[in-house]
Amino acid sequence: MTITAAEVERIALLARLKLTPEEQAAYTEQLNAILEYVDKLNDLDTSAVEPTAYILPLRNVFRDDLVRPGLPRDKALAGAPEVSEGQFKVPRVV
Amino acid sequence: MEYEAIIGLEVHVELKTKSKIFCSCSTSFGAEPNTQVCPICLGLPGTLPVTNRQVVEFGIKTALALNCQVASYCKFDPKHYYYPDVPKNFQWSQFDMPIGSNGHLKINVDGEELVIGIARVHMEEDAGKLIHIDGPDGGYSLVDYNRTGVPLLEIVSEPDLRSPAQARAYMEKLRTILHYLDVSDCKMEEGSLRCDANVSVRPRGSSTYGTKIEVKNMNSFRSLQRALEYEIERQVNLLENGEQVQPATVAWDESRGVTTVMRVKGESSGYRCFPEPNLVPIEIDSAWIERVRQELPELPDARRQRLIDDYGLPLYDAEVITSSKELADYFDRTVALYPDAKTVSNWLMGDFSRLLNAHNLEPGQAPVPPQELAALLQLQQEGTISGKIAKQVLEEMFASGKGARQVVEEQGLIQISDAAALGQIVAEVLAANPKVVEDYRNGKTKALGFLVGQVMKATKGKANPGLVNKLLKEQL
Repeated sequence: MTITAAEVERIALLARLKLTPEEQAAYTEQLNAILEYVDKLNDLDTSAVEPTAYILPLRNVFRDDLVRPGLPRDKALAGAPEVSEGQFKVPRVV
Repeated sequence: MEYEAIIGLEVHVELKTKSKIFCSCSTSFGAEPNTQVCPICLGLPGTLPVTNRQVVEFGIKTALALNCQVASYCKFDPKHYYYPDVPKNFQWSQFDMPIGSNGHLKINVDGEELVIGIARVHMEEDAGKLIHIDGPDGGYSLVDYNRTGVPLLEIVSEPDLRSPAQARAYMEKLRTILHYLDVSDCKMEEGSLRCDANVSVRPRGSSTYGTKIEVKNMNSFRSLQRALEYEIERQVNLLENGEQVQPATVAWDESRGVTTVMRVKGESSGYRCFPEPNLVPIEIDSAWIERVRQELPELPDARRQRLIDDYGLPLYDAEVITSSKELADYFDRTVALYPDAKTVSNWLMGDFSRLLNAHNLEPGQAPVPPQELAALLQLQQEGTISGKIAKQVLEEMFASGKGARQVVEEQGLIQISDAAALGQIVAEVLAANPKVVEDYRNGKTKALGFLVGQVMKATKGKANPGLVNKLLKEQL
């Protein structure tokens, strides 16, 4: 399995990463090396194994519908780049 | 050329749980910004979400009411997108295994019953609220994460709707069902019920679909219908002029009555959904489904049929009464005390609804309880008050919260059915209007109406109308 430089460009776009042509080339090579390594798993015979979306033997772990206090507002906003009127202030995106 | 529209609706409904879907923060509406948040719904690293059981209960309930197949196994998947309304840069949603699928609901449009397919019902978390502020360097946005993590069901119809009126009827029916289920407040103005539409047009008879436009920002049933009417006309005009419809997401501008392009659709499938390892999958066995099925309330279609079968109400009345669960409950309770169902229905659809609107109340909040409406109808039926006075009394009951008999007694509104007393008033009215009497005797029978009116005026509306007519004819 190999991925192309164009696919790396698309992944970078989806992840909002700006890559130089050199970085793009380097990551294409690295990602291919990683995929090649993971590809070893294909050597295993999994024909008798049920596909699963979850590997732990857990089902139906729920909470009751109860309200508990969350964070005080100043704590909630502590990590915000900027704060205005009790809200997270961010660059306008539309 | 003649065109037809193909419409599918994506409806988001906020569930009325007390706490959020994956954490214990409150879901109440209208709190100060960022006061109902915690490390989980803020997406801080190292936190572990746990699903609210009530959300799954509501999901099963809704799926069953919409005739869906309930999944025996389902899970959550992160759906990635970059927009500051989600602090994690993804939203937990259900991608390939929704809790409900392959359902339908029935709508009535222009006397025709249509079955509209429901592709899927899935659970997800709501996003936060952004306010955009103009200013230098493009301005900025303020983010309130109180709504982030409020549980939602997304209900996706099949593209089975063919007109804005059908889309509106579907949306109204869906809201009625959700109200009956008591899973949501369904307040469009507060955003607890929201709707996006996918709409395309094609030459009538064609079997392929045209280019789809997604319409957002429709905050009422009326704006849904108006936005679709506008968008369909816009697309038809483009095609008629030999142009093409470009795939896009557009926003409805209610004040200007137009749609404007929000973004041109680029490459899709950028959401990168995969099974969420931090949320435990859900197994729903048949015992669970059956228990929820047993708990389902009587739904609008069944209730409408019951009103027709048990009370002989016309279809129209049954439809209006059952369009609101509260109104239908009110009807049932009133009819239990005053069994003339058609009279009760007339009053509920007429003056009662008018007064509710005037006082901006839901049927359940009416200051007149069912037993008092029944008492009022009883007073009218036994002839204690006239129909006209009954309307006046209901008005006063709404305004003051007083009982029917109390209002009638306090205001001295008991109908005058004493022939001698009324005969005296009739004689006085005739004496005071010799010209009209003359006209009547010369064959202008319409003059009688005027004289009836004068007697009513003289008695402040309390005269028994049948008796007034009889006495007038006798004395003329």
